[in-house]
Amino acid sequence: MVSTPYHAQGSRTCALTSTTPSPTTVPVATLRDVVFAWNRETPPVLRIAQLDIVPRERVFLRGPSGSGKSTLLNLLAGVVLPQQGSVAVLGTDLGALGGAARDRFRADHVGFVFQLFNLIPYLTVVENVVLPCLFSARRRERAIAASGSVDADALRLLQHLDMADPAVLARPATDLSAGQQQRVAAARALVGAPELVIADEATSALDADRRAAFLDLLFRECAAAGAAIVFVSHDASAAPAFDRTIELASINTT
Amino acid sequence: MIFGLAWKSLRHRRLTAALTVASIALAVLLLLGVERMRTESRSSFAATISGTDLIVGARSSPVHLLLSSVFHIGNATNNIRRDTARALGERPEVAWTIPIALGDTHRGYRVIGTTGANFEHFRFGAGRPLAFEAGKPFTAADEAVLGAEVARRLQYRLGSPIVIAHGAGDVSFVLHDDRPLRVSGILSRTGTPVDRAVFVPLEALDAVHAAANVQAESDPLVAALKQRDSNSGGSLTAVLVGLKSRGAALGAQRSIGEFAGEPLTAILPGVTLQEVWEITGVAERTLLAVSSMVVVVGLAGMLVALLTSSSERRREMAILRSVGARPGQVAGLILGEATLLTLAGIVSGVLALYAGLLLARGWIAARFGLFLAVTWPSTHELALMALVAAAGCLIGLIPAWRTYRVSLADGMTVRL
Repeated sequence: MVSTPYHAQGSRTCALTSTTPSPTTVPVATLRDVVFAWNRETPPVLRIAQLDIVPRERVFLRGPSGSGKSTLLNLLAGVVLPQQGSVAVLGTDLGALGGAARDRFRADHVGFVFQLFNLIPYLTVVENVVLPCLFSARRRERAIAASGSVDADALRLLQHLDMADPAVLARPATDLSAGQQQRVAAARALVGAPELVIADEATSALDADRRAAFLDLLFRECAAAGAAIVFVSHDASAAPAFDRTIELASINTT
Repeated sequence: MIFGLAWKSLRHRRLTAALTVASIALAVLLLLGVERMRTESRSSFAATISGTDLIVGARSSPVHLLLSSVFHIGNATNNIRRDTARALGERPEVAWTIPIALGDTHRGYRVIGTTGANFEHFRFGAGRPLAFEAGKPFTAADEAVLGAEVARRLQYRLGSPIVIAHGAGDVSFVLHDDRPLRVSGILSRTGTPVDRAVFVPLEALDAVHAAANVQAESDPLVAALKQRDSNSGGSLTAVLVGLKSRGAALGAQRSIGEFAGEPLTAILPGVTLQEVWEITGVAERTLLAVSSMVVVVGLAGMLVALLTSSSERRREMAILRSVGARPGQVAGLILGEATLLTLAGIVSGVLALYAGLLLARGWIAARFGLFLAVTWPSTHELALMALVAAAGCLIGLIPAWRTYRVSLADGMTVRL
């Protein structure tokens, strides 16, 4: 399947990140002259001349359904590569990495929160939170450095998100309410302190009160972890809480 | 790590997983069971007789003669005269003979009329002689020696009286109860049909048959049976022959076949056993083919279960991708589940086989005279298990490959 051996990927990612200058000066993400089409026959869905996200920045990216939001997230995550232009995350050109190395890079540096059904149904709440540490040695080490153990770091984050009640932890992840599931997903995105958290319609399934409370928690924890947030939504109501709002239509010139 | 996830995933869907494991387990049980019965019946049959160079009986099929005289399966159709047996014993190349007269039973167990030579010359397994658990060979016409199983089941001890019935059925309607015999000896366990036999002197059979014939009988069927008794009274079913030199067996077989006194058949037990295997081989191969197909069906059930769940699980795959799992690892999760299901199926099947063997061996020994040894899996059985495991993993590659493709195409976005 994936030919690159585990150790080779690890050392490669290490080498790349160790040459990266201090995270306060290197942009979290940089897009230059990006053109992306899902395949050769269809017209490009994205054409972005320039997009920069600086460390610790809270960016709200707004666009209607079908405007290419998900495509942009897949580009930032390194799941797909642009046909033209470059996507760099933390100074690393994703186009220069192989598929397996991109997967590892994503595991090391990016946390995700999706709209709904973020949790693996057969894992407990804590097992769901520590999932990235299974795939990323870097995040495992950072979680251990922060709290002594991976599970302790998960509990610390869950506690900050008001989710550490033993009665809640004991229940299967799928029995939790939508709001509780989103908070568990946020803890998973933050465990092991990745530099970038991407939230894709993360509050769309929540009512207005819960949405504001969830955003507060997310901001507080991202600030504590030093992570930048790219928050994608079709609904602009949450936009005022962010440092910067980008209308996808204004940067996508397709 | 991936195995850990696979295990938790299967535990979450435990009903489907349990059904899949059960179907694979049953298939493996059938496959190994057929194989075990085949090898065990062969080794059990082969261990039943050794040291006997020839078996001589009336002109009939060699297989029939072997089965009736040694394995006590079926009834001999014709008998030979005792003077013929005596003439056999006097041939220069013959070291010893054991006469065998069948046709009577004691409470469902075969009664074998023979002589003291049986306890002196009969060998089984790797040349082991018959040993006595208690008592000694019969010395008088009213004594009998019991196989271990007979003594245990019927709770007989030395000196117990036994009555012989005519016919081979469990319930016989002609009882020779005017001539009870006394148990003089009980044999040690052999794991062969000997355990289920009652040995009596030939003279004892003559005596009970003669006594029965004296009584007048109004029932014409019983009268006819008695008529047959009187004909067989002075006769034998077969003679086991030991030669001074094994090399003389073929020559002796040919010359006995040309015996002038009456039509005889002489068989080499080992050769005739091979003929039995050739006959049963067709059935065995058919059974093996059928049980192999059942394994394929069991694994196909697993394939269906995994493919059905894989479309429900696209979001799960997307989540795993988002936390850094490579497409290969996501596919590995599915392959891991297939592997775990197959291994669990094989282990359960083997456990069921041994549980079944332990439970059924008594019944099989009683019903078929087949003594199953509960031993570790043979290399051939291990190879069969490995084959099933490999087939399971190979079949698991199909949903794993599909998941790999979907995972690569979907990324973290689920397009349903």
